[in-house]
Amino acid sequence: MVEMVNRPYASAFESFAAGNPDILCLSADLTSSCEIDGFRDRHPHQFLSLGMAEQNMMSFAGGLGLAGFRPFIHTFGVFMYRRPYDQLMASIAYPRRKVRMMGFLPGVTTPGGMTHQSIEDISVMRSIPNMTILETGDATEVESICEAADSIDGPVWCRVLRGSVPRLFHTPIKVGEMRELSSGDDILVVTSGICTEEAMRACAAFANAGLSIRHLHLHTIKPFNTEALLDQIGSVKHGVVTLENHVTEGGIGSLVAETMADAGVGKKLVRLGLQDTYAHGGSRPYLMRYYGLDALALVKGIEGLMGQEFGITEDDLATARVDDVHSLVKAEAL
Amino acid sequence: MRNERQTDKVALGIRRRVFEHAIRNNGGYLSQACSAAEQLAWLYNEELNLGAPTLPLIPKPFEGVPSPGNPDYHTGAGYNGPSTPEFDRLFIAPAHYALVAYATLIEVGRMAPEGLEMFNQDGSSVEMIGAEHSPGMEVHNGTLGIGLSTASGLAYGRRLRGDTGRTWVFMSDGEVQEGQTWEAVQACAHHGIDNVLAMMDVNDQQCDGAMSSVMEVGDIRTKFLNFGAACVEIDGHDLNAMRDAVHEPHDGKPLIILARTNPFHTMSILEERFPRLHYVRFKSEVERARFNTSIAADLGVDPVDYTH
Repeated sequence: MVEMVNRPYASAFESFAAGNPDILCLSADLTSSCEIDGFRDRHPHQFLSLGMAEQNMMSFAGGLGLAGFRPFIHTFGVFMYRRPYDQLMASIAYPRRKVRMMGFLPGVTTPGGMTHQSIEDISVMRSIPNMTILETGDATEVESICEAADSIDGPVWCRVLRGSVPRLFHTPIKVGEMRELSSGDDILVVTSGICTEEAMRACAAFANAGLSIRHLHLHTIKPFNTEALLDQIGSVKHGVVTLENHVTEGGIGSLVAETMADAGVGKKLVRLGLQDTYAHGGSRPYLMRYYGLDALALVKGIEGLMGQEFGITEDDLATARVDDVHSLVKAEAL
Repeated sequence: MRNERQTDKVALGIRRRVFEHAIRNNGGYLSQACSAAEQLAWLYNEELNLGAPTLPLIPKPFEGVPSPGNPDYHTGAGYNGPSTPEFDRLFIAPAHYALVAYATLIEVGRMAPEGLEMFNQDGSSVEMIGAEHSPGMEVHNGTLGIGLSTASGLAYGRRLRGDTGRTWVFMSDGEVQEGQTWEAVQACAHHGIDNVLAMMDVNDQQCDGAMSSVMEVGDIRTKFLNFGAACVEIDGHDLNAMRDAVHEPHDGKPLIILARTNPFHTMSILEERFPRLHYVRFKSEVERARFNTSIAADLGVDPVDYTH
């Protein structure tokens, strides 16, 4: 069975940041919600409570960056760009401050509804010059997100998973690389974040049904190596399907579409994700089913692209053990 | 020691330069020179502890925005000297005061007069709305309300580093309409950030007109006190009042100096344009000539010959 890791960020951030005087931990009244309460209690001199005042927090972090510090901002992702977008832009992104924005509860991973769900953050961040975007898809990536983000000479937007997180990978994030999780030659599936686990389940079911799937997981969304992606697209016969915990406009679906269009690739593309809609409050499995972000949605997407059904049932998906594909998990150097 | 007359002269010089520039260019930020000249003159000529400029007296052209592909990029902070621990820093939060700030740099010998000729010219770094690469600027403050927060973060970081230099912000009173200003003050109060100081030009004016007609802000001194700042209200044209105000005790608190000013001070004809003083563009050659004659007389100079 897949190993579940409890609160991987809590221990990862503490072991990364504790004792490094240039790292400051900023929080906006969501300290335990972002798993940094232990760090606050054990390392109070590196912790800075900035209250429910995100506009000030973003500019303040920019000032800390100007003073040579590398602030890690912790709050729900949605609160870090919607209200304080102007401050994010002027005080952090434009001057390339080394601010690490740790956005928790990406997409539908929160039952909090529209106000809590960052469903268009990747789209926004992709359009910001100087910004780097990382997204975690498992416990190992959460455990390595701090080192990865702090290796960047500039601001970094991170989608961070919290709570009980499955371990799918055994190598840390290497910024700029992508993970090739299976090496089929019929269809290329590109996923990120929590959708990768769903896709691993679907890919295993398709393997049993005789369709060969090449599966890529993206943890680095910007900057992006388009040549490497084009090589992968060139390795499959029928087309590409993307699945993301985000609206299909501006996220990895758009990233793949732009890459294909720019290169004149004439293959089919199906983009799965939130289809020009807000979500509402509910459990993660319910929301992923309702909005078409889960393994079943991917099955239907692939069947649509292929123009045929493969007889894959929900039971097939439930029994497709993710650890079946663990032996194939490897990082592909780009 | 610097004497009062000298700073008075700097303030007068600032106004003369802004006046000449506005007449030559058929308009400009005249009122900001009326209200703020003493404040910037006092900061640069007396109060700020700044090192010698590290950038050329004649500004270099625009050399690109911050990006990974622009390794030689630098801000305009070098006109205020090096950013070393012992020296003060100054942010001009209302970046549309840039013309007045540039004139100040010239008056205190930190920029050549040629710099003002580059103002708002395409390809120049001497931008109309001061950018972070413009002379004397370190952060991009064109969006009002972010300056005090950024300064507070810098001041907090400098305190952690043990720097002795202070972080000053020149602010405008319109910024108190922005919620972020109050977020910044409460953050400073909560964290005891007392190495940040603000000089606020309280001229009661904003882009649409008198602040009382746009959005009444009430007793801002009481508000600042209640949010946890130390706050002194002075006559913003009285240099001795500034010299006293900066000695206001503010242990564990930021110090906000409210400089109450007259938006027509030393240019009485500007009152004709009240309440639209934000950017004065002359409506006719007749008006331009009248303003030229009147303000020149107020400032004790000859009218500007702008016919060639």
